[in-house]
Amino acid sequence: MTRFTAALACAALTASPALADKIFVSNEKGNTITVLDGTSFEVIHTFNGGQRPRGITASPDGKILYVCASDDDLVRVFDTETYEELPSLPSGPDPELFVLHPSGNPLYIANEDDNIVTVVDVETRQVLAEVPVGVEPEGMGVHPDGSIVVNTSETTNMAHMIDTTTYEIVANVLVDSRPRFAQYDSDGSHLFVTAEIGGTVSVIDAASYEVTHKITFEVPGVVPEALQPVGLRITADDSKIFVALGPANRVAVVNGETYEVEDYLLVGQRVWQLAFSPDGKYLYTTNGNSNDISIIDVASNEVLKSVQVGQQPWGVVATKSN
Amino acid sequence: MGKTGLRLAGALLACAALSAPAQAQTEYRAAVLRVDTPGPLPISRLDLPPEDLGFAGGALGTADNATTGSFMKQTFVTEDVLATPETAEAEMQRLLDGGTRFIVVLADEAMTVRLADLAGDRALLFNAGASGDVLRNADCRANLLHTAPSDAMLADALAQFLIWKRWDEWFLIEGIHPEDTALAGAYRRAATKFGAKIVEERVFEDTGGARRTDSGHVQVQAQMPVFTQRAAEHDVVVAADHAGVFAAWLPFHTWEPRPVAGSGGLMPVSWHPAHEAWGAMQWQTRFEKQNNRPARPEDFQVWMALRSLGEAATRTTSDDFDTLVGFITGDSFDLAAFKGQKLTYRDWDGQLRQPVLLSMGPVTVSVSPQDGFLHQVSQLDTLGTDRAETGCTRMTARED
Repeated sequence: MTRFTAALACAALTASPALADKIFVSNEKGNTITVLDGTSFEVIHTFNGGQRPRGITASPDGKILYVCASDDDLVRVFDTETYEELPSLPSGPDPELFVLHPSGNPLYIANEDDNIVTVVDVETRQVLAEVPVGVEPEGMGVHPDGSIVVNTSETTNMAHMIDTTTYEIVANVLVDSRPRFAQYDSDGSHLFVTAEIGGTVSVIDAASYEVTHKITFEVPGVVPEALQPVGLRITADDSKIFVALGPANRVAVVNGETYEVEDYLLVGQRVWQLAFSPDGKYLYTTNGNSNDISIIDVASNEVLKSVQVGQQPWGVVATKSN
Repeated sequence: MGKTGLRLAGALLACAALSAPAQAQTEYRAAVLRVDTPGPLPISRLDLPPEDLGFAGGALGTADNATTGSFMKQTFVTEDVLATPETAEAEMQRLLDGGTRFIVVLADEAMTVRLADLAGDRALLFNAGASGDVLRNADCRANLLHTAPSDAMLADALAQFLIWKRWDEWFLIEGIHPEDTALAGAYRRAATKFGAKIVEERVFEDTGGARRTDSGHVQVQAQMPVFTQRAAEHDVVVAADHAGVFAAWLPFHTWEPRPVAGSGGLMPVSWHPAHEAWGAMQWQTRFEKQNNRPARPEDFQVWMALRSLGEAATRTTSDDFDTLVGFITGDSFDLAAFKGQKLTYRDWDGQLRQPVLLSMGPVTVSVSPQDGFLHQVSQLDTLGTDRAETGCTRMTARED
């Protein structure tokens, strides 16, 4: 009798992943998308992501997955439940990173080869605008109210603030060398831009467009040139900023008020992009050279485990169960 | 009638004066001066120099600077100057008289020094062509920076890889030209520095004549094994053939089945069209789209020189020569150049620190410095002449 109930409970447990949160990882070299269960962290599926999948994001309702297939020169679109491929979006050449408007439409795409940001309507699949920016556009961020989209250009070393209604650049903010990623805090008062070669994170006042602070990094035993900030995420309460430090194999935990670095978490090799779980409890990191992702407990700053995914994982996004 | 005309002109002048402050563009003028010395053709037709060698890299550097400049109200103009050894100094004089103060030079060592001395404190020169160590030591100049890696850096980069492979017994073959002798010296120095042993040394005579003849490979196939036979037991053949006389023929023609590196086989270079890591794909794509050919190291070296000026313009927003030069050679300067870390100029000899690619045809085999070769300041200073070893005493002249 007891055994029977236990078996039932087990069945219920194994069935539950279908309803659970999911983690999607783009594997740049493997040309695949790895799907993990957001509760058990087990790999539950792998599917073809097109040629050189890098940037990856999901619609606000978590139903649609968008992937920058860089060498296909388009954005591939997938159903997050069935993994079925939906009609692709035009992207302009060599899309690397993108960001969705908070409403879920349009999509703003950085085109590294053409010095433009392409704006695409995800419903009509039409290109709405092409905005000329600096050399090698890369990082894309959007203000929480949707009014400004930010692009960072890697060789021009600027954050370009683009008005989302006029598609005009309203400000250019000089940051340190090779800016990679741009992220606003939750109330949109500050913008954080990582500089991979410069080794810093610039904190930009979102109203005055002034750089008000620069976050720097220092790890004993790690050469300074290996401390290369790439991906960055901020907790919903703005209390912690997590910064992926690339070949330093560490994620820095930065105090959201003082901007002091409070901890360095050892993860996999060449840690690249970061994403929170939908409930904000976990942070996922893609570790490009060790072919795995690390799972970090946000409250305790503890690295819980690492899970093997595909070849050279690049980007990561987590979706809520639908 | 005449009066009206005048008035109109006056009105136009007023308009021009009104619109000028609104634009307030700062113009940055530079030049790429390439001095071609007639010489024999390279062994491989794939190595024939393109007509726009170096200039193409300059065009991309100028375009990249201009894109950034469009957000900074800065414009960039670069003049391409092609000279012979006979006309080079007159061309340099013309550039100096015209007020061009940032000049990238692609010339041999002796000419580079002559041009630097001619420029004096009127211009900052970037050596984007000559690799000779003498330019970074006895013949260094305060107004001369080097974006081309030195022979010592290239030799050290290869040596670190060979040591990592545990191929530490080398058979060194050098050519007879002075630059071959200097390069062989760099390999001997690298061997001592990293613990390799040169077990055999030979000199390959340059008998002159045409480098290429129809079915010339038939003779090569017979001659090269004979030339390399009965050498002491070795792991690898290292060729010091700056002049490009024989090294390309060494792979697969050695008596013993050994890999070839140096001037043939696995080559240390600042740039290679196959390099794609650290965002380099974007640079390669941009370059090839603009110039319709793959890039050469000289192109990349000119690009780095002009981007150094661009960084100084962006960061200082100044058009003052001393401010710009001070920034480039100062502590706040760094250049992102698709090599995975920031590049900076050494204050003791003006050499740009940079990782070196080890390339062989279709792929980048490795990039040095190799893991495990450590340095107290910068791992990049494991490549080339370090502060303590420098023979350069002129770099501080500018500040005096």
